[in-house]
Amino acid sequence: MSALPQVDAPATAPTSAASSTAAAFVRIEHVTKKFGDFAAVDDVSLDIHQGEIFCLLGGSGSGKTTLLRMLAGFETPTAGRIYIDGQDMSTIPPYERRVNMMFQSYALFPHMTVEKNVAFGLEQEKLGKAEIRERVHEILDIVKMTSFVARKPHQLSGGQRQRVALARALVKRPKLLLLDEPLAALDRKLREHTQFELINIQKRLGVTFIVVTHDQEEAMTLSSRMGVMNHGRIAQVGTPAAIYESPATKFVADFIGSVNMFEGRVLDEGAGRIQSDELGCVVAVNRNLNCARGATVWTAVRPEKINMSRGASATDGRGENVARGVVKEIAYMGDVSIYLVQIDSGKTVRVTLPNIMRDAEHRITRDETVHLSWHGSSPVVLTE
Amino acid sequence: MAQLENRTGRRLVAGIPLFWLVLFFLIPFIIVLKISFSEVRLAMPPFAPLFQWVHGVPRPKLHFGNYGFLFTDPLYVTAYLYSIKVALVSTVCCLLIGYPMAYAIAHASPTWRNVLLMMIILPFWTSFLLRVYAWIGLLKNNGVINNVLMYLGLIHEPLPMLQSDFAVYIGIVYSYLPFMILPLYANLEKHDNTLLEAAADLGANPVTAFFRITLPQSVPGIIAGSLLVFIPAVGEYVVPSLLGRTDQLMIGRVLSDEFFENRDWPVASAVAILILLALVIPIMLFQRFQQRELEAQK
Repeated sequence: MSALPQVDAPATAPTSAASSTAAAFVRIEHVTKKFGDFAAVDDVSLDIHQGEIFCLLGGSGSGKTTLLRMLAGFETPTAGRIYIDGQDMSTIPPYERRVNMMFQSYALFPHMTVEKNVAFGLEQEKLGKAEIRERVHEILDIVKMTSFVARKPHQLSGGQRQRVALARALVKRPKLLLLDEPLAALDRKLREHTQFELINIQKRLGVTFIVVTHDQEEAMTLSSRMGVMNHGRIAQVGTPAAIYESPATKFVADFIGSVNMFEGRVLDEGAGRIQSDELGCVVAVNRNLNCARGATVWTAVRPEKINMSRGASATDGRGENVARGVVKEIAYMGDVSIYLVQIDSGKTVRVTLPNIMRDAEHRITRDETVHLSWHGSSPVVLTE
Repeated sequence: MAQLENRTGRRLVAGIPLFWLVLFFLIPFIIVLKISFSEVRLAMPPFAPLFQWVHGVPRPKLHFGNYGFLFTDPLYVTAYLYSIKVALVSTVCCLLIGYPMAYAIAHASPTWRNVLLMMIILPFWTSFLLRVYAWIGLLKNNGVINNVLMYLGLIHEPLPMLQSDFAVYIGIVYSYLPFMILPLYANLEKHDNTLLEAAADLGANPVTAFFRITLPQSVPGIIAGSLLVFIPAVGEYVVPSLLGRTDQLMIGRVLSDEFFENRDWPVASAVAILILLALVIPIMLFQRFQQRELEAQK
């Protein structure tokens, strides 16, 4: 997913703050937005590179939409600055920004045809009729909507409206396209299909995308990098793989995918050994731990990184990275099955196993006693 | 069984207003239409019957002279045109004053919105006649406005404002403004603010966004409000009688004079029918427009 071309910012970067903004196409510097006493966005700093798809992922009320609306110019930051392509955006109204937004509700003009909707932005640039026509048809061709030019929005399906909204935003050839929950209104199949189409269009046009979404799958598929937001702050920024495999905090580990979290105490920071009473064993992570001996830490293990077997554990018998338990629940999902295993300490552990074999003969059943184990590189150790 | 009950219920719901309209609108209208085709007579009732019995067979005796008469005497034509002119100008004034007010109310905070709407409706709690009378006190030569202007030294002799077109416009615009504001407000209040954000995002400044997004979408409200002002204004009787010119009557006054002063019911009925025709055309246009809007929303 991270194979998207990373176009560098233009060499002729403006002289003001040039050294720091050279690599960042969009630079958000200590931005805070308060509504009354409530800080919707709280001291966020973020750099977004040209040509990337950056996803802001967070639950409702995490401040992601407010941040997007500040980039579009619909909200003014209470504190901090936003630079787009080196230009300070503080005093620039939305209608003078080379930034376009695709609204969650699409916000198509109901009294205008598809063609008029898409042409609206170009008409504001006072372009000639012929050029407007040409560019409108060019972009409608890209989103495959040329046969619907004369329709009004209410005569279109949800997916078609989404395409028109995208075309209307892209036709202005913005430097930056903001997408607010672009796929939320589509059904599952269409959403998957559209995700890949969005990536294709983005690659083809080379526009920088900033996507706001609450759907982690959408964020993982679309983004070259993503930022996880929580309570108005950025919890972590990184590639989808980095965030999934190396979450920085308990919140991120828990928010992205599912995770088993065990509280423990550091036994030996050099050898990477942690005693977890919750798990009833020693967790060995075969790497240096960057914290003091005796400190409380949390080890996070993803359900698919846990082995489950009937017999004795395959790993050594020193009681490291192993646990014994009883299968309490099984959820068959088709491609994988989810097992909820109650280990001896009483805690429930979630394990997912792929259903490699078609016949169910060797499948582990409910109430069976099983052994759980994992590789030393699998657990992530978190301090906050 | 349930379906049968449902159907009778539905018929009842549609039937009651239909019965009302037939009884109090269609039947009186047919009576007026009938009178407009008969000849005036000094009798009780003051018109000739429409059918004459010839050898036991009813033979209609239609008399079109009443309508012809309306076009021969310039009194009626000028009163007609004057009424339409007054109604048109008043409607445009109401729209120009009412639109910004409706817009402001629709964009006010919820608490203010209720207060402002209340203030629009409040005048209805006083009699319409009293409110028009009050304007006499304001506009007359030694009335409030002239006295204030003379006290301030802006004028040295009173401005003759009463009994003029100006006074009629003031009276009608003042009386019918709520009928313009309320449907406009109902329309503007429903507008989706993200559409304006989208327009701004696409490079439209607030003025352009208003004319290209808000205004076209408020057309149904403009039409509804305009009809609610225009239709009663054409036949307005009280305002021109109290505030208006004595040398130029509006058609409503002519109508009542024909009925009550001249006791020429057939001519009065013909006037009434022609007013109705002049009003039915814009109403039908409006209905067609509304139909199209409804279909578009499906």
